[in-house]
Amino acid sequence: MALIRKSKQFKWHRKHLLGLRELSAEEITYILDTAKGFEQVSTRSVKKAPPLRGKVVVNLFFEDSTRTRISFSLAASRLSADIIEFTKKLSSVSKGETLLDTAKNLEAMGIDIVVVRHSAGGASRFLSKNMNACVINAGDGFCEHPTQGLLDVYTIRKIKGSLEGLKIAIVGDIAHSRVARSDMWAMTKLGAEVTFVGPPTLMPAEVGRLPVKVSYSLDEVIEKIDVINMLRIQFERLGGNPFPSIREYSHYFGMTVERMKRAKPDIMVMHPGPINRGLEMESEVADGRNSVILEQVTNGLAVRMAVLFLVNQAAAQSE
Amino acid sequence: MDSELLIKNGRVIDTAGGIDKKCDVLIADGKIAEVGVVNKTVQTVIDAEGKLVTPGLIDIHVHFREPGDEEEETIASGSMAAVAAGFTSVVCMPNTNPVIETETDIEYIHRKARQTRKTHVYTMGAITKGLQGVELAEMGFMAEAGAVGFTDDGRGVQDPAVMLRALKYAAMFDVFIAQHCQDDAIAGKGVMNSGYYSTILGLPGLDPLAEEAMLWRDIQLIKKTNVRYHAQHISTTGAVELIRQAKKDSLPVTCEVTPHHLLLTDECCAEYDTNYKVNPPLRSAKDVEAIKQAIADGLIDALATDHAPHLQSEREIEFLTAPFGIASLECALALYIKALIEPGILDWPGLIRMMTEKPAKIIGVDKGTLGKGKQADVTIIDPNAEYKIDVSTFHSKSRNCPYHGWKVKGKVEKTIVGGEIRFEA
Repeated sequence: MALIRKSKQFKWHRKHLLGLRELSAEEITYILDTAKGFEQVSTRSVKKAPPLRGKVVVNLFFEDSTRTRISFSLAASRLSADIIEFTKKLSSVSKGETLLDTAKNLEAMGIDIVVVRHSAGGASRFLSKNMNACVINAGDGFCEHPTQGLLDVYTIRKIKGSLEGLKIAIVGDIAHSRVARSDMWAMTKLGAEVTFVGPPTLMPAEVGRLPVKVSYSLDEVIEKIDVINMLRIQFERLGGNPFPSIREYSHYFGMTVERMKRAKPDIMVMHPGPINRGLEMESEVADGRNSVILEQVTNGLAVRMAVLFLVNQAAAQSE
Repeated sequence: MDSELLIKNGRVIDTAGGIDKKCDVLIADGKIAEVGVVNKTVQTVIDAEGKLVTPGLIDIHVHFREPGDEEEETIASGSMAAVAAGFTSVVCMPNTNPVIETETDIEYIHRKARQTRKTHVYTMGAITKGLQGVELAEMGFMAEAGAVGFTDDGRGVQDPAVMLRALKYAAMFDVFIAQHCQDDAIAGKGVMNSGYYSTILGLPGLDPLAEEAMLWRDIQLIKKTNVRYHAQHISTTGAVELIRQAKKDSLPVTCEVTPHHLLLTDECCAEYDTNYKVNPPLRSAKDVEAIKQAIADGLIDALATDHAPHLQSEREIEFLTAPFGIASLECALALYIKALIEPGILDWPGLIRMMTEKPAKIIGVDKGTLGKGKQADVTIIDPNAEYKIDVSTFHSKSRNCPYHGWKVKGKVEKTIVGGEIRFEA
């Protein structure tokens, strides 16, 4: 199949994609290259390719999601897989069926790939240890969201050519953000310099041990950066009162038209969505010419096709 | 006269009696009759050549889950595990279901223990009703029924006014108050130590400050009340420093540490193995070093397991939702040897003191020594036996033990309780 570019000697061997922390730069690049090959499938008149024909993909979502779930469904269907949607809101105290039992039951029906989103960090890793099926992490607590990290670096690479030496700011609630973590691993492995920006109350413990710089002032970094990724303030995850008011948060950390004027003219403005307009970002910025927010969504599809394709291939080879 | 029992030629270590020499121990009528060179023909002779003969080991922090969670552990199964591990006395925590908070509850534990006839089972009572931290439980009646002390273990008493009241009230009785130091407001919903690993694993962290803030507060209350206070399972560098200062100030403060806070760090959680989920959580390597140093400095009074059994089904779930607890009673001695004897932090008398004399003193029982006339609780240890920890051999009902497969040294040979051999390897 011409879709896959032959990368020198490299062979993808992972049947699970759980996080980007354990991936090498070479592996990440390989996924991005693979995704590039899949991009054109979505632009053809017949938007389908056959590699997952006869395979069953389950979207196992224990948390609300619209775009990630739809993106995975669409990616799987473009690869000709059968898709089962399983969504269940789960509270940590609910005494119902355990995650493991749910997964085992699905596995007993003969599924091949599980795409899982769960509120507990490590949930996908836990499943991967207890199942034969391929497991793809679609977000676990505030640990990782690897396909988001991949689509972010894919988008940056596509526009900037490379991440090497780029200065990237990730702004907002770093402590509770799986996107910030996956972005950090992917971006730094590909040679970018990442700065976490936000109030100290939204920084994770021992942030100084992560491969990033930390700043409490967006104004201090805004002029120097090539890419800015604005995280969504996730009110559902915030405990207590980490900042006094939305007003004050926006004042210090919002991406405003004013701040845009001080930024490099070619700054890339990113957001994993959904946007709280007027809170972390003004609409003029979100919809402005530097915004790549919708391209991120488009690229997410190609990246997820690549991931589904690769884990399935690795599983087939290990049999 | 009951049968006599003579333990010959062991290395007898009795720190309370100032003994560390090769000699014999004669037991008669369930009591220690003589320690020295005994030339007497008796019915039962145990050859302890090459072995250590110590006062029966004491673990002042176990959860036997009865009443309420008998599927995890019972007083019978826990007691069997205890004697197999050389413990002739254990102290149960009151956070059962229902909570141990009345004299009837205390008597229930004692009755179950009598029926089992393995190890001495003591229990603590709750400080507050239902461990709710609001109303005082009937400490007086519980103390009269034999509660050795009081704690809301599993949680700390949050309200300083309630804690102050508990301490003031306890002054009326000769009891001690123990605390699981954790300020819940700081702790939040943390499930592991707050730090680099909680950050990269995406799990809510338990800040060491939660432990230190409550310990600091309690120490201020002890200055006012001067009641005997025991900090349970301390785990942080800051807590060690608070204890150091409290002891310097001659406050009636004691503390204990667990095997896991000596041997494991938060890095162990990296694979989300729920066997490493425990509260207080596994801390950083720096904290482990601080605790070991504190032991070397003589600041830590007792070693205690915080044996916390859980069902397998409660371990095979997400780390975030799994219950806290490590079941380590049955391999405790070998773990302490690995953590403290092997690196030369303690010598044998130093270790035995922290497992006998000191814990007996904390709970106020006339044990932990081989003094003449004392009840004959004796543990015989083979310090050189090498083996692998195998959880499938445990007498405990639970297997939530992260030490499975560890190569260790030091094994309990025999456990004698009240002059009766209750366990033989």
